[in-house]
Amino acid sequence: MREISAQAITETVARLCIEANSRLSPDMENAVRSAFEREQWPIAKTTLKTLCDNLDAARETGLPICQDTGMACVFCEIGQEVHIDGDFEAAIHAGVAKGYTEGFLRKSVVKDPIRRGNTGDNTPAVIHTRLVPGDKLKITVAPKGFGSENMSRLGMLKPSDGEQGVKDFVLETVKLAGPNPCPPIVVGVGVGGTFEKAAMLAKQALLRPVGSHHPDPYYADMEQELLEKINQLGIGPQGFGGETTALGVQIETYPTHIAGMPVAVNINCHVTRHKEAVL
Amino acid sequence: MEYKLTTPLTEEVTRKLRAGDTVLLSGVIYTARDAAHKRLCECLDRGEELPIDVKDAAIYYAGPTPARPGQAIGACGPTTSYRMDAYAPRLLHLGLKAMIGKGKRSDQVVDAMKETGAVYLAAIGGAGALMASRVKTAQLVCYEDLGSEAIRRLEVEEMPLTVVIDSLGNNLYQTGPQEYRAAMEQR
Repeated sequence: MREISAQAITETVARLCIEANSRLSPDMENAVRSAFEREQWPIAKTTLKTLCDNLDAARETGLPICQDTGMACVFCEIGQEVHIDGDFEAAIHAGVAKGYTEGFLRKSVVKDPIRRGNTGDNTPAVIHTRLVPGDKLKITVAPKGFGSENMSRLGMLKPSDGEQGVKDFVLETVKLAGPNPCPPIVVGVGVGGTFEKAAMLAKQALLRPVGSHHPDPYYADMEQELLEKINQLGIGPQGFGGETTALGVQIETYPTHIAGMPVAVNINCHVTRHKEAVL
Repeated sequence: MEYKLTTPLTEEVTRKLRAGDTVLLSGVIYTARDAAHKRLCECLDRGEELPIDVKDAAIYYAGPTPARPGQAIGACGPTTSYRMDAYAPRLLHLGLKAMIGKGKRSDQVVDAMKETGAVYLAAIGGAGALMASRVKTAQLVCYEDLGSEAIRRLEVEEMPLTVVIDSLGNNLYQTGPQEYRAAMEQR
């Protein structure tokens, strides 16, 4: 048994909240900057230039890249040989409160979905935990902005809808979203499992490095085809028109029931953020 | 066309703007988003005076991050505007001349814009760190309990904006992608 203190978890989560919001991962930053280099349509190029300048401004000023510093989604992989000294979930919430307060991040969480009321410290986090072999604890903080979260969709497709049905659903979702989710976007797709599993897969797909491919060539090809089709829609950066509507399409799958084919599309913006640490 | 404008914005000025024009906006603007709009409309329902004068004003759909010591404001990009669609027509009919945000608007909002001569301007979504440099001062006006959603009075200098929907109902979100697709088909 390896002991990890609740305090160490709190400190780590706090640090990850701040770092995730002030600096993109190298793959994401590279995706934005290369899109600017590639883009030919004038208004789209100007807009992408602004996004690059914004990344520079965040670096120079220490300000968050985007004011929507998100609801904190925290993914944990807990080694089965780990013992946590203290309340695990409370330690994560405390880390979010500390990170969002000390890091001057926005408090964007309300305590009741209908009656509202800001909680004042961006808690609670949305926590997803998996038990894995080993004696380590991996924590990933992925702050999720809601401009793009609101444009996400889930469809309970029929097996007969097949490959085309999945592609049509993804394209329709991006079309319906249009300028709202701050394109260029990153598209996470979950296919299979159950109602909630598909949504979870779509969210996990967004944790992959942008531009990475599914290990199964069948899905890797589908990712590439969808990316090309999305970029032919012409929505462009911010919806002003242009080639760069999406920076990546990432699909995750799971076996499913004989009667179903759940498809979830989780949209993320050009400020797709996540930061990991291993304790 | 590129315009340098200063608030207050008269109908004469806003009616000249066309979708696709760029605007560098200076002067005083007010932040208000979801919860603040709900309160403003509840205020009108009760027959009370609004805490801000919306006549010829510009409202910025934004909820900034907290300012660090020595800074006027934190990151302050726009939020998605359609969530304010239920409230916007009432404010437009009270003389609001510019809404600043990002994303689509409803037909009801566009109809109210045509009637009142108002414009819908887009700031670049997700460019919050950059926008902070255009904000010179920020003062709390009301609804402090809403935190980031409180109404703030900002003095801005050359805030870079794009006219997305003009007072004739022209919409860059439709024409921009159409023009791109047409150009690609000709290749």
